Parts: sequence; structure tokens; C-alpha cells
Amino acid sequence: MFELLGIPPQALFGQLLLGLINGSFYAILSLGLAVIFGLLNIINFTHGAQYMLGAFVAWMLLTYLGIGYWWALLIVPVVVGITGIIIERLLISRLYHLDHLYGLLLTFGLALIIQGVLRNQYGISGLPYAIPPQLAGGQNLGFMFLPNYRGWVVVASLVVCLGTWFVIEKTRLGAYLRAATENPTLVGAFGINVPRMITLTYGFGVALAAFAGVLAAPIYSVNPNMGADLIIVVFAVVVIGGMGSILGAIVTGFGLGLIEGLTKVFYPEASSVAIFVIMAVVLLVKPAGLFGRTA
Amino acid sequence: MTAAIETQSGIAGQQARAGMPAHHAAIFIGLLAAGLVAPFLLYPVFVMKVLCFALFACAFNLLLGYGGLLSFGHAAYFGGAAYVSAHAAKVWGFPPELAILSGVVASAILGTVFGALAIRRQGIYFAMVTLAFAQMVFFFSLQAPFTGGEDGIQAVPRGNLFGVLSLRSDFSLYFVVLAIFLGGLLLIYRIIHSPFGQVLKAIRENEPRAISLGYRTNRYKLAVFVLSATLAGLAGATKAIVFQLASLTDVHWSMSGEVVLMTLIGGMGTVFGPIVGAAVIVTMQNYLATMGAWVTVIQGCIFVICVLLFREGVVGVLARWLKKPL
Repeated sequence: MFELLGIPPQALFGQLLLGLINGSFYAILSLGLAVIFGLLNIINFTHGAQYMLGAFVAWMLLTYLGIGYWWALLIVPVVVGITGIIIERLLISRLYHLDHLYGLLLTFGLALIIQGVLRNQYGISGLPYAIPPQLAGGQNLGFMFLPNYRGWVVVASLVVCLGTWFVIEKTRLGAYLRAATENPTLVGAFGINVPRMITLTYGFGVALAAFAGVLAAPIYSVNPNMGADLIIVVFAVVVIGGMGSILGAIVTGFGLGLIEGLTKVFYPEASSVAIFVIMAVVLLVKPAGLFGRTA
Repeated sequence: MTAAIETQSGIAGQQARAGMPAHHAAIFIGLLAAGLVAPFLLYPVFVMKVLCFALFACAFNLLLGYGGLLSFGHAAYFGGAAYVSAHAAKVWGFPPELAILSGVVASAILGTVFGALAIRRQGIYFAMVTLAFAQMVFFFSLQAPFTGGEDGIQAVPRGNLFGVLSLRSDFSLYFVVLAIFLGGLLLIYRIIHSPFGQVLKAIRENEPRAISLGYRTNRYKLAVFVLSATLAGLAGATKAIVFQLASLTDVHWSMSGEVVLMTLIGGMGTVFGPIVGAAVIVTMQNYLATMGAWVTVIQGCIFVICVLLFREGVVGVLARWLKKPL
């Protein structure tokens, strides 16, 4: 067997795979944040709670209704997306004329409510969610062992991210969306229902978070706090990448996941703060973010 | 007391003739009187907790209400100072005044470093950057050798003030805490009503215009950030001595959220609002302590209600009724 810098390849590639998995979640979540921020001009603090809600709804479907993983992957984003639409219509839409900070505070409050309710109901010990039988087992790639499910998570999130990129950058609907991000009044004057577009965009962003939650359910235990710490890291990812570019959000998400994985190999003590340190450096060197437009 | 306040405000340059408005002086005297009576009516430790959090919220409000900067990571300075002062008192054997001072110095340094980086971004990004830095402090506190991990630093000695006055009894400690709180509040009041505070207000209202008037707005923003972090540190360091404990709760993001909530309930941009907000939240936590995670739910609901219907806060509404800034 060969060794790289004294690190056995199993350990190196194992951590890189973990980093890639984390990166998949960073990418989907920061993509959702960026899409929502583009049109609504608020930072959706509830995003972590909605990701957690996705995992919980998948668990509930399985436990109470016997609906399995593959259906959950379809149903959960729709269900949680609809709750997002209701939240946008009832609450968030009342704040558009105010300072953006109120949107942040409102969604923070909502996150507290969702987390608190689920913590009361299910405790914080975490609920197991089995890997679907089709994806059990793994492949021996020679230099490392690749569990099938982890490979699937990376592929699925790549597909979803690139699909979102395609819709926003290459289709007519996406063109409306980008136009409304630049100038909602003008787009409205062309007869396009901008408020409805805003509502659906929020619903879509939330659905992305819920989708990530279902993907995460078999890897991490389903527990009410799973979104809270993750969302702060995702905020740092968003600051590093800047929210101006969809592709930028995806690349930054995966890239930072990999870098975090590498720190786990070479300097494990620093792995939990690696992304924050990178954020500090980016703020020093390029304050608008790697892909950001001028602040 | 009144005389002391008036001489202090007399230094304030152009506003010297106005001095402190009578109703503000009355509120300060009222606070002093209430503070002196409170330990005889209520459990002193409870009142000390309210005072620590009130100072924390006032320091936070200096940044949000007057600088217009929403920091979502003020727990870093509060909790960081708590850890340093607890460590100084317990391991280094510092007397309480020096322990608190070392906590304050630590939070000032932390505030300078994080503040200098955070003010490079505006608005929502600023909130996210401060939150991320605070999370870094949290992870550091979780792993660092001297913080005691999940246990925190327990059984911190209260010691003797200036080497003579024992703070073992809650009663004697209470008056020290009251003095720290009133001193901190007067300082914040002074900052807000100084020419520096006026420039801050200008930056909050219209930063490009303040720049065009020749103000180096970034310097002002950094200065108010450091002041706010330092005063938050004063509150945290005092809290560590009072409860003889510094723990992960103090640096957790939910602490940052709580101080935002206190300020929001009391009234952003009012001098006395955060005190009311802190009293409300601490009292609520005290009475609902047995309800577990429902406290989080209730706090979340208050957040939502305040943002949607009650953005002025308690003191903000009072000020509108009385037609006087409070």
C-alpha cells in the first residue's frame, strides 16, 4: 500500500468522503439560502429547522404510515415546502417593507418554535432511520470502501444542485426569477405576478432544505438539534461564497466540505473551526466573498 | 447622586447646557432606589441575575439600537469574559475586581479582532459573520483544556473585594453588582449622548451621507463594536463571579438570541428598554424553569409576536405615549 504524507489512504479517502457528504449538505442548504435571499432579501434562519423537519417528517412517514425512503424523498419536500409557503404568506410577507433584519429575527423565532416543539415530543437522544435496502452495503474501490448510501447522497445532491442551477440560469422561468431579483417592480409591470413568484421561491428553497433533511436522515440520527449547528456553518459558507451566484454557492459548499475533511486528517483539533477561519481570511482578502458581487 | 450625574453630563461639550433631561435623571434615581430596596423584597441572587443580563442587553443595544449593527454573536464576549474571569479567580487566585477586569480585557481584545473583520460586511452578512465567529468561540470553549468542556468552570471563589470586603454573602455581593450595573449604564448613557453617539446615529440613518460628510464610518463602527463587546464582557465576568460558574450555555448561540430578544421586548434604541426586556425574560425563565423545552417555544413565539406586532418594545411604546425619548 502507498502512503500520502504518512497518512494511510483509507483514512485520507474516508475523511475526504465524509467531507464530500458534509459538502453536499452545505451545497444544498446554501443554495436554498441563496435562492431565497435573491428574491426575498431575507436570510432564512429557519432553514436549519426546516432541514431537520425534513428528516423528522421522513421518520414520521415511515413510523406512523409505513411509507418508505423513496416515497419520502418525493413527499417530504412537497409537505415541508407547503408549510414554508404558509409561513411566507402568513408571516414573512408582512415584513417586506421593513429592514431586512426583522426577517432574520422572525425566522430565528420560528426556528426556536419548531425545534422546541420537536424536542418536547421526541427528546434529544435521536431517532434511528434505516438505510433503504436497495442502497445497503458498499463497494470496495481498492483504495477505500465506499458505502452505497453515501455515494448516493453525493450523486443525488449534485443532481439536485445542478438541476436548480439549470432551471435558474437556462430556462424562461429562471429568467423571470433573475429579472425579479434585479428589479421586482419592472417585472411586475410586465404582467408577471411577482408576489406569487416570491411565495413559490420561498417554498422551493424550503423544499430543498427538506430534501437535504431526508438525505441526511439515514446518515445522522434524526434529532431536533441536527439543523441548528449545521445552519451556522452554512451561514459561514454563504459568507465565504457570497450569495450572488448559484454555481458559486454549489462550488463553495462542496469545496469547503472537502477542506473540512482534509483538516480532519491533518489537524483534527481544528476541523470544527476550519470553515470559520477560512471565513475570516476571506473577509480580509476579498470582503465581498469569492463569488460575490461588490458589496 | 443627582449632582454627580449633572457634573458628569456637564463634560459633554455642546450639550452641556441641556445636561441630563429631568425625566432621565428621575429614572436613574428611581433605578438606584429600586436597586437599593430590591434585595430586601426579592431573592438577591435573582436580582443580581437580572442586573447582569440587563447590563448585557444594554451593551448589546448600544450596538444595535444606536449603531444599527445586528450582532448575532454577542454570547462570545459575554461567555468569553465569563470563562476568563472564572479562570482568573479560580486558578490564578485573582481577587474579584481583577478577575472581572481580566474578563473585560479579554472581551475587548476579542471584540477588536472580530469587530475589525465583521464590519467589512454590512447588514445581513454582518449578522451571519458575528454568529459564525461566536460559534468558533463556542467550539473553542468546548475543546480548550482550561474551560472544563461540558462541565464548565465550577465553584469559582467569590473572594474578597480589594482584599478586604468578603463577597461570600449574597448581600454584600449584591451591592457590588448594583454598582457595576449602574456604572455600566451611566457609561452607556454617556456614550449615546456624546458627540460620538450623534455621529453613530448619523451612520445608522445614512452611512453614505456620513461618509460624504467626512466621517470615517468604519472607525466609528469598530469603536462602538468594541465598546459594546467590552461592556457585554463586564456583564459576563460579573455573572461568573455571582453564580461562581462559567459554562457552555454562556457562549452558546441561544444566549446570543436571548439578548436580542431582551432588547426587542424592551425596545431597540431606547436607553432603558433592554433593562425591562432583561427583567421580563429572566423572570419568565425563572417561573417556567420546570417546563423544559417549552421555554424555547415560548421565546420563539415572543420573537414572532414582537417582530410582527410590537416592534417598538415596551419602553418604545411608553416613550411614544409620553412623547419623550427614554
